[in-house]
Amino acid sequence: MKVRLATVWLGGCSGCHMSFLDLDEFLVDLAGLVEVVYSPVVDVKEYPENVDVCLIEGAVCNDDNLELLHKIRQRTKVLIAFGDCAVTGNVPAMRNQLGLGNAVSVLQRAYIDNAQFNQRVPAAGDGIVPTLLPRVMPVQEAVHVEHFLPGCPPSAAHIKAIITHLLSNTSKLEGRQIKFG
Amino acid sequence: MAAKTLTIDGRQITAEEGATVLQAASEAGINIPTLCHLEGLYDVGACRLCLIEVAGVPKLLPACTTKVAEGIEIKTDSERLRKYRRMTLELLFAERNHVCAACVSNGSCELQTLACSQGMDHVRYDYLFPKWNVDPTHELFGMDHNRCVLCTRCVRVCWHIEGAGTKNVAGRGTKAHIITDLNMPWGDSDSCTKCGKCVQACPTGALFHKGATVAEMRRDRSRLEFLVTAREKKEWITAD
Repeated sequence: MKVRLATVWLGGCSGCHMSFLDLDEFLVDLAGLVEVVYSPVVDVKEYPENVDVCLIEGAVCNDDNLELLHKIRQRTKVLIAFGDCAVTGNVPAMRNQLGLGNAVSVLQRAYIDNAQFNQRVPAAGDGIVPTLLPRVMPVQEAVHVEHFLPGCPPSAAHIKAIITHLLSNTSKLEGRQIKFG
Repeated sequence: MAAKTLTIDGRQITAEEGATVLQAASEAGINIPTLCHLEGLYDVGACRLCLIEVAGVPKLLPACTTKVAEGIEIKTDSERLRKYRRMTLELLFAERNHVCAACVSNGSCELQTLACSQGMDHVRYDYLFPKWNVDPTHELFGMDHNRCVLCTRCVRVCWHIEGAGTKNVAGRGTKAHIITDLNMPWGDSDSCTKCGKCVQACPTGALFHKGATVAEMRRDRSRLEFLVTAREKKEWITAD
Protein backbone atom coordinates (compact mmCIF):
# COMPACT_ATOMS: atom_id res chain seq x y z
CA MET A 1 0.00 0.00 0.00
CA LYS A 2 1.20 3.49 -0.79
CA VAL A 3 2.37 5.81 1.99
CA ARG A 4 -0.18 8.56 2.61
CA LEU A 5 1.83 11.82 2.43
CA ALA A 6 0.62 15.33 3.24
CA THR A 7 2.41 18.66 3.00
CA VAL A 8 1.13 21.80 4.69
CA TRP A 9 1.99 25.48 4.47
CA LEU A 10 1.61 27.45 7.73
CA GLY A 11 3.38 30.79 8.37
CA GLY A 12 6.15 30.61 5.79
CA CYS A 13 7.02 31.94 2.36
CA SER A 14 6.34 28.66 0.44
CA GLY A 15 10.07 28.47 -0.34
CA CYS A 16 10.23 25.01 1.26
CA HIS A 17 7.49 23.83 -1.08
CA MET A 18 9.38 25.34 -4.02
CA SER A 19 12.40 23.36 -2.86
CA PHE A 20 10.19 20.25 -2.69
CA LEU A 21 9.28 20.81 -6.33
CA ASP A 22 13.03 21.02 -7.03
CA LEU A 23 13.10 17.25 -6.40
CA ASP A 24 12.58 17.13 -10.18
CA GLU A 25 12.62 13.57 -11.57
CA PHE A 26 12.61 12.09 -8.05
CA LEU A 27 9.01 13.37 -7.88
CA VAL A 28 8.18 10.74 -10.50
CA ASP A 29 9.75 7.98 -8.36
CA LEU A 30 8.01 9.43 -5.31
CA ALA A 31 4.63 9.37 -7.05
CA GLY A 32 5.05 5.59 -7.32
CA LEU A 33 5.66 5.26 -3.58
CA VAL A 34 3.32 7.78 -1.98
CA GLU A 35 -0.15 9.16 -2.38
CA VAL A 36 -0.29 12.92 -1.78
CA VAL A 37 -3.50 13.25 0.22
CA TYR A 38 -3.27 16.93 1.23
CA SER A 39 -1.01 19.73 0.01
CA PRO A 40 -1.03 23.29 -1.39
CA VAL A 41 -0.40 21.59 -4.75
CA VAL A 42 -3.45 19.29 -4.65
CA ASP A 43 -7.08 20.34 -4.45
CA VAL A 44 -8.21 18.89 -1.13
CA LYS A 45 -9.99 21.23 1.30
CA GLU A 46 -10.12 19.17 4.51
CA TYR A 47 -7.09 17.52 6.13
CA PRO A 48 -7.88 13.77 5.86
CA GLU A 49 -7.75 10.99 8.48
CA ASN A 50 -5.00 8.33 8.67
CA VAL A 51 -2.12 10.24 7.16
CA ASP A 52 1.27 8.52 7.46
CA VAL A 53 3.67 11.44 7.02
CA CYS A 54 3.18 15.21 6.97
CA LEU A 55 5.79 17.79 5.97
CA ILE A 56 4.98 21.02 7.83
CA GLU A 57 6.34 24.23 6.38
CA GLY A 58 6.11 27.48 8.34
CA ALA A 59 5.81 28.72 11.89
CA VAL A 60 2.62 28.78 13.96
CA CYS A 61 1.55 32.41 13.58
CA ASN A 62 -2.25 32.59 13.88
CA ASP A 63 -5.24 30.71 15.27
CA ASP A 64 -5.86 29.07 11.89
CA ASN A 65 -2.31 27.62 11.87
CA LEU A 66 -2.76 26.31 15.42
CA GLU A 67 -6.15 24.72 14.80
CA LEU A 68 -4.92 22.99 11.62
CA LEU A 69 -1.76 21.82 13.38
CA HIS A 70 -3.73 20.15 16.20
CA LYS A 71 -5.89 18.45 13.59
CA ILE A 72 -2.75 17.30 11.74
CA ARG A 73 -1.26 15.86 14.92
CA GLN A 74 -4.41 13.89 15.68
CA ARG A 75 -4.64 12.46 12.19
CA THR A 76 -0.96 11.85 11.33
CA LYS A 77 1.59 9.24 12.42
CA VAL A 78 4.83 11.09 11.63
CA LEU A 79 5.34 14.86 11.54
CA ILE A 80 8.36 16.48 9.94
CA ALA A 81 9.12 20.11 10.82
CA PHE A 82 10.04 21.22 7.31
CA GLY A 83 12.43 24.18 7.09
CA ASP A 84 13.67 26.86 9.48
CA CYS A 85 10.29 28.56 10.11
CA ALA A 86 8.80 25.28 11.33
CA VAL A 87 11.92 24.33 13.32
CA THR A 88 12.97 27.69 14.83
CA GLY A 89 10.25 30.25 14.07
CA ASN A 90 12.79 31.99 11.82
CA VAL A 91 11.72 35.24 10.11
CA PRO A 92 7.98 35.10 11.04
CA ALA A 93 9.00 34.84 14.72
CA MET A 94 11.05 38.04 14.57
CA ARG A 95 7.94 39.91 15.70
CA ASN A 96 8.29 38.14 19.06
CA GLN A 97 11.27 40.41 19.72
CA LEU A 98 8.85 43.33 19.91
CA GLY A 99 7.45 41.86 23.13
CA LEU A 100 3.88 41.91 24.42
CA GLY A 101 1.41 43.51 22.06
CA ASN A 102 3.47 42.73 18.95
CA ALA A 103 0.42 41.18 17.25
CA VAL A 104 -1.20 44.63 17.34
CA SER A 105 1.88 46.72 16.60
CA VAL A 106 2.91 44.77 13.47
CA LEU A 107 -0.57 45.20 11.99
CA GLN A 108 -0.50 48.91 12.85
CA ARG A 109 2.90 49.17 11.12
CA ALA A 110 1.87 47.23 8.03
CA TYR A 111 -1.69 48.46 7.44
CA ILE A 112 -1.67 52.00 8.91
CA ASP A 113 1.82 53.51 9.26
CA ASN A 114 3.21 52.18 5.99
CA ALA A 115 0.00 52.25 3.95
CA GLN A 116 -0.48 55.10 1.50
CA PHE A 117 -4.11 54.38 0.71
CA ASN A 118 -7.07 52.74 2.43
CA GLN A 119 -5.44 52.58 5.86
CA ARG A 120 -7.37 49.93 7.73
CA VAL A 121 -6.40 46.94 9.86
CA PRO A 122 -8.22 43.80 8.63
CA ALA A 123 -10.85 43.06 11.26
CA ALA A 124 -10.06 40.00 13.33
CA GLY A 125 -12.82 37.60 14.26
CA ASP A 126 -14.83 38.20 11.06
CA GLY A 127 -14.01 34.68 9.90
CA ILE A 128 -12.01 35.91 6.92
CA VAL A 129 -8.67 36.96 8.37
CA PRO A 130 -7.31 34.69 11.12
CA THR A 131 -6.28 36.32 14.41
CA LEU A 132 -2.54 36.55 15.05
CA LEU A 133 -1.26 34.65 18.07
CA PRO A 134 0.41 36.81 20.74
CA ARG A 135 3.66 34.97 20.04
CA VAL A 136 4.85 33.03 16.96
CA MET A 137 5.87 29.45 17.80
CA PRO A 138 8.03 26.84 16.13
CA VAL A 139 5.94 23.75 15.35
CA GLN A 140 7.46 21.60 18.12
CA GLU A 141 6.39 24.13 20.73
CA ALA A 142 2.74 23.47 19.84
CA VAL A 143 2.73 19.72 19.09
CA HIS A 144 5.10 16.76 19.26
CA VAL A 145 7.27 16.45 16.15
CA GLU A 146 9.10 13.27 15.10
CA HIS A 147 11.70 14.65 12.67
CA PHE A 148 13.36 17.97 11.93
CA LEU A 149 14.65 19.23 8.60
CA PRO A 150 16.18 22.69 9.05
CA GLY A 151 17.30 24.93 6.19
CA CYS A 152 15.98 28.10 4.56
CA PRO A 153 14.91 26.37 2.47
CA PRO A 154 16.19 22.81 2.93
CA SER A 155 17.75 21.79 -0.37
CA ALA A 156 16.01 19.23 -2.59
CA ALA A 157 18.88 16.82 -1.83
CA HIS A 158 18.15 17.06 1.92
CA ILE A 159 14.41 16.64 1.38
CA LYS A 160 15.14 13.56 -0.72
CA ALA A 161 17.43 12.26 2.04
CA ILE A 162 14.81 12.56 4.80
CA ILE A 163 12.04 11.07 2.63
CA THR A 164 14.31 8.19 1.60
CA HIS A 165 15.23 7.71 5.25
CA LEU A 166 11.58 7.49 6.26
CA LEU A 167 10.63 5.16 3.42
CA SER A 168 13.54 2.79 3.92
CA ASN A 169 14.61 3.36 7.54
CA THR A 170 18.22 4.04 6.56
CA SER A 171 20.71 6.34 8.27
CA LYS A 172 19.74 9.63 9.92
CA LEU A 173 20.53 13.09 8.60
CA GLU A 174 23.79 14.57 9.80
CA GLY A 175 26.40 17.30 9.23
CA ARG A 176 25.50 19.92 6.64
CA GLN A 177 22.21 18.14 5.94
CA ILE A 178 20.86 19.78 9.11
CA LYS A 179 22.24 23.29 8.51
CA PHE A 180 20.05 26.17 9.65
CA GLY A 181 19.68 29.08 7.24
CA MET B 1 60.75 22.09 29.02
CA ALA B 2 59.69 18.82 30.55
CA ALA B 3 57.41 16.60 28.53
CA LYS B 4 54.23 15.14 30.02
CA THR B 5 52.71 11.87 28.96
CA LEU B 6 48.94 11.58 28.99
CA THR B 7 46.14 9.58 27.41
CA ILE B 8 43.51 11.17 25.19
CA ASP B 9 40.73 8.92 23.90
CA GLY B 10 42.87 5.86 24.61
CA ARG B 11 45.90 7.23 22.74
CA GLN B 12 49.15 7.87 24.59
CA ILE B 13 50.53 11.27 23.66
CA THR B 14 53.22 13.58 24.94
CA ALA B 15 52.88 17.32 25.39
CA GLU B 16 55.04 20.11 26.73
CA GLU B 17 54.58 21.04 30.37
CA GLY B 18 52.27 24.05 30.59
CA ALA B 19 50.38 23.18 27.41
CA THR B 20 46.61 23.01 27.58
CA VAL B 21 44.71 19.82 26.84
CA LEU B 22 43.30 21.58 23.78
CA GLN B 23 46.81 22.30 22.46
CA ALA B 24 47.97 18.75 23.19
CA ALA B 25 44.93 17.25 21.47
CA SER B 26 45.28 19.54 18.48
CA GLU B 27 48.94 18.59 18.04
CA ALA B 28 47.95 14.92 18.16
CA GLY B 29 45.30 15.54 15.51
CA ILE B 30 42.38 15.03 17.91
CA ASN B 31 39.58 17.48 17.23
CA ILE B 32 37.74 19.07 20.17
CA PRO B 33 34.87 21.46 19.32
CA THR B 34 35.56 25.08 20.36
CA LEU B 35 33.83 28.44 20.07
CA CYS B 36 35.43 31.06 22.33
CA HIS B 37 38.95 29.77 21.56
CA LEU B 38 40.86 31.59 18.81
CA GLU B 39 44.45 30.93 17.79
CA GLY B 40 46.62 33.80 18.99
CA LEU B 41 44.36 34.80 21.90
CA TYR B 42 44.62 33.65 25.51
CA ASP B 43 41.82 31.28 26.56
CA VAL B 44 39.04 32.03 29.05
CA GLY B 45 36.89 28.88 29.01
CA ALA B 46 33.73 30.91 28.40
CA CYS B 47 31.71 28.82 25.95
CA ARG B 48 32.01 25.34 27.56
CA LEU B 49 31.94 23.56 24.20
CA CYS B 50 35.42 22.08 24.64
CA LEU B 51 34.40 20.26 27.84
CA ILE B 52 36.29 17.02 28.45
CA GLU B 53 36.14 14.17 30.96
CA VAL B 54 39.21 13.64 33.11
CA ALA B 55 39.39 10.26 34.89
CA GLY B 56 38.96 10.74 38.64
CA VAL B 57 37.50 14.24 38.33
CA PRO B 58 33.70 14.26 38.79
CA LYS B 59 33.03 17.51 36.94
CA LEU B 60 33.64 18.27 33.29
CA LEU B 61 36.56 20.58 32.52
CA PRO B 62 37.18 22.92 29.58
CA ALA B 63 40.08 21.63 27.44
CA CYS B 64 41.21 25.17 26.62
CA THR B 65 42.08 26.14 30.20
CA THR B 66 43.02 22.72 31.64
CA LYS B 67 46.77 22.12 31.68
CA VAL B 68 48.25 18.74 30.80
CA ALA B 69 49.55 16.65 33.71
CA GLU B 70 51.54 13.44 33.92
CA GLY B 71 49.45 10.32 33.52
CA ILE B 72 45.99 11.92 33.25
CA GLU B 73 43.37 10.10 31.22
CA ILE B 74 41.09 12.23 29.09
CA LYS B 75 37.98 11.55 27.06
CA THR B 76 36.97 14.10 24.42
CA ASP B 77 33.93 12.21 23.21
CA SER B 78 31.28 10.33 25.18
CA GLU B 79 27.51 10.15 25.52
CA ARG B 80 27.72 12.54 28.48
CA LEU B 81 29.91 15.08 26.62
CA ARG B 82 27.73 14.99 23.52
CA LYS B 83 24.68 15.61 25.71
CA TYR B 84 26.22 18.68 27.36
CA ARG B 85 27.68 20.09 24.12
CA ARG B 86 24.33 19.90 22.42
CA MET B 87 22.58 21.42 25.45
CA THR B 88 25.10 24.30 25.48
CA LEU B 89 24.56 24.95 21.79
CA GLU B 90 20.79 24.88 22.13
CA LEU B 91 20.95 27.37 25.01
CA LEU B 92 23.16 29.67 22.93
CA PHE B 93 20.64 29.58 20.09
CA ALA B 94 17.69 30.10 22.46
CA GLU B 95 19.26 33.05 24.30
CA ARG B 96 19.57 35.49 21.39
CA ASN B 97 17.99 35.89 17.97
CA HIS B 98 20.12 33.74 15.69
CA VAL B 99 18.07 34.00 12.52
CA CYS B 100 20.53 32.20 10.22
CA ALA B 101 18.43 32.85 7.12
CA ALA B 102 18.80 36.61 7.54
CA CYS B 103 22.37 36.71 8.89
CA VAL B 104 25.50 38.15 7.28
CA SER B 105 27.48 35.09 8.38
CA ASN B 106 25.06 32.44 7.07
CA GLY B 107 27.23 29.68 5.60
CA SER B 108 30.47 30.84 7.24
CA CYS B 109 29.38 30.97 10.89
CA GLU B 110 31.17 28.96 13.57
CA LEU B 111 28.01 28.61 15.69
CA GLN B 112 26.02 27.33 12.72
CA THR B 113 28.82 24.91 11.78
CA LEU B 114 29.02 23.62 15.36
CA ALA B 115 25.28 23.01 15.40
CA CYS B 116 25.67 20.87 12.26
CA SER B 117 28.63 18.95 13.61
CA GLN B 118 26.94 18.23 16.95
CA GLY B 119 23.74 16.99 15.31
CA MET B 120 21.57 19.86 16.57
CA ASP B 121 18.56 19.66 14.27
CA HIS B 122 16.32 21.68 16.59
CA VAL B 123 16.30 23.52 19.93
CA ARG B 124 14.38 21.87 22.75
CA TYR B 125 14.16 25.02 24.88
CA ASP B 126 11.79 27.93 24.39
CA TYR B 127 13.47 30.73 22.46
CA LEU B 128 13.71 33.90 24.56
CA PHE B 129 13.32 36.30 21.61
CA PRO B 130 15.01 39.14 23.51
CA LYS B 131 15.01 42.70 22.25
CA TRP B 132 18.53 43.67 21.21
CA ASN B 133 19.56 46.37 18.81
CA VAL B 134 22.10 46.79 16.04
CA ASP B 135 24.78 49.47 16.47
CA PRO B 136 25.42 50.86 12.98
CA THR B 137 27.14 54.07 14.16
CA HIS B 138 30.71 53.11 13.25
CA GLU B 139 31.79 54.23 9.81
CA LEU B 140 33.27 50.86 8.81
CA PHE B 141 31.75 48.17 11.02
CA GLY B 142 28.46 47.17 12.61
CA MET B 143 27.56 45.28 15.79
CA ASP B 144 24.43 43.12 15.89
CA HIS B 145 23.78 42.07 19.49
CA ASN B 146 21.14 39.59 18.31
CA ARG B 147 23.90 37.32 17.01
CA CYS B 148 26.37 37.68 19.91
CA VAL B 149 27.34 34.59 21.93
CA LEU B 150 29.50 36.52 24.43
CA CYS B 151 32.62 34.53 23.57
CA THR B 152 34.58 37.76 24.29
CA ARG B 153 36.97 37.16 21.39
CA CYS B 154 36.43 40.78 20.30
CA VAL B 155 37.16 42.05 23.83
CA ARG B 156 40.35 39.98 24.12
CA VAL B 157 41.61 40.88 20.65
CA CYS B 158 40.92 44.57 21.28
CA TRP B 159 42.74 44.64 24.65
CA HIS B 160 45.57 42.20 24.08
CA ILE B 161 46.45 42.33 20.39
CA GLU B 162 45.42 45.83 19.36
CA GLY B 163 45.86 47.28 22.87
CA ALA B 164 43.01 49.75 22.39
CA GLY B 165 40.65 48.48 25.12
CA THR B 166 37.53 49.70 23.34
CA LYS B 167 35.40 46.57 23.72
CA ASN B 168 34.11 45.45 27.11
CA VAL B 169 31.41 43.31 28.68
CA ALA B 170 28.64 44.97 30.69
CA GLY B 171 25.70 43.49 32.62
CA ARG B 172 25.14 40.04 34.02
CA GLY B 173 23.30 36.87 33.00
CA THR B 174 21.01 37.30 30.02
CA LYS B 175 21.60 41.08 30.26
CA ALA B 176 25.34 40.69 29.65
CA HIS B 177 26.41 42.35 26.43
CA ILE B 178 29.39 43.81 24.61
CA ILE B 179 29.84 47.58 24.93
CA THR B 180 32.24 50.09 23.41
CA ASP B 181 34.08 52.41 25.80
CA LEU B 182 31.68 53.63 28.51
CA ASN B 183 28.64 52.09 26.84
CA MET B 184 28.44 54.63 24.05
CA PRO B 185 27.66 54.21 20.35
CA TRP B 186 30.65 52.60 18.60
CA GLY B 187 30.84 55.54 16.21
CA ASP B 188 31.42 57.93 19.15
CA SER B 189 34.29 55.90 20.60
CA ASP B 190 37.53 57.80 21.14
CA SER B 191 39.63 54.70 21.78
CA CYS B 192 38.64 52.61 18.72
CA THR B 193 41.49 52.60 16.20
CA LYS B 194 39.27 51.17 13.43
CA CYS B 195 41.71 48.27 13.06
CA GLY B 196 38.89 45.76 12.50
CA LYS B 197 40.53 42.94 14.47
CA CYS B 198 37.33 42.42 16.47
CA VAL B 199 35.45 41.91 13.21
CA GLN B 200 38.02 39.33 12.09
CA ALA B 201 37.75 37.55 15.44
CA CYS B 202 33.95 37.27 15.71
CA PRO B 203 32.69 33.68 15.25
CA THR B 204 29.10 34.64 14.30
CA GLY B 205 27.42 37.53 12.53
CA ALA B 206 27.60 39.87 15.54
CA LEU B 207 30.43 41.97 14.13
CA PHE B 208 30.46 42.67 10.43
CA HIS B 209 31.80 44.94 7.71
CA LYS B 210 29.22 47.51 6.72
CA GLY B 211 27.82 46.73 3.31
CA ALA B 212 27.88 42.96 3.85
CA THR B 213 24.41 41.52 3.36
CA VAL B 214 22.99 38.04 4.00
CA ALA B 215 25.67 35.32 3.80
CA GLU B 216 28.26 37.77 2.42
CA MET B 217 30.47 38.14 5.49
CA ARG B 218 33.86 36.44 5.18
CA ARG B 219 36.62 36.63 7.77
CA ASP B 220 40.34 36.12 7.53
CA ARG B 221 41.59 34.64 10.81
CA SER B 222 45.08 34.19 9.41
CA ARG B 223 45.67 37.94 9.78
CA LEU B 224 45.39 37.67 13.56
CA GLU B 225 47.68 34.64 13.72
CA PHE B 226 50.16 36.48 11.49
CA LEU B 227 50.23 39.47 13.86
CA VAL B 228 50.64 37.34 16.97
CA THR B 229 53.36 35.17 15.44
CA ALA B 230 55.25 38.21 14.17
CA ARG B 231 55.08 39.77 17.63
CA GLU B 232 56.12 36.62 19.51
CA LYS B 233 59.02 35.88 17.18
CA LYS B 234 59.99 39.57 17.13
CA GLU B 235 59.93 39.53 13.33
CA TRP B 236 59.45 43.30 13.19
CA ILE B 237 62.39 44.16 15.41
CA THR B 238 65.53 44.76 13.37
CA ALA B 239 69.09 44.39 14.66
CA ASP B 240 69.87 48.11 14.61
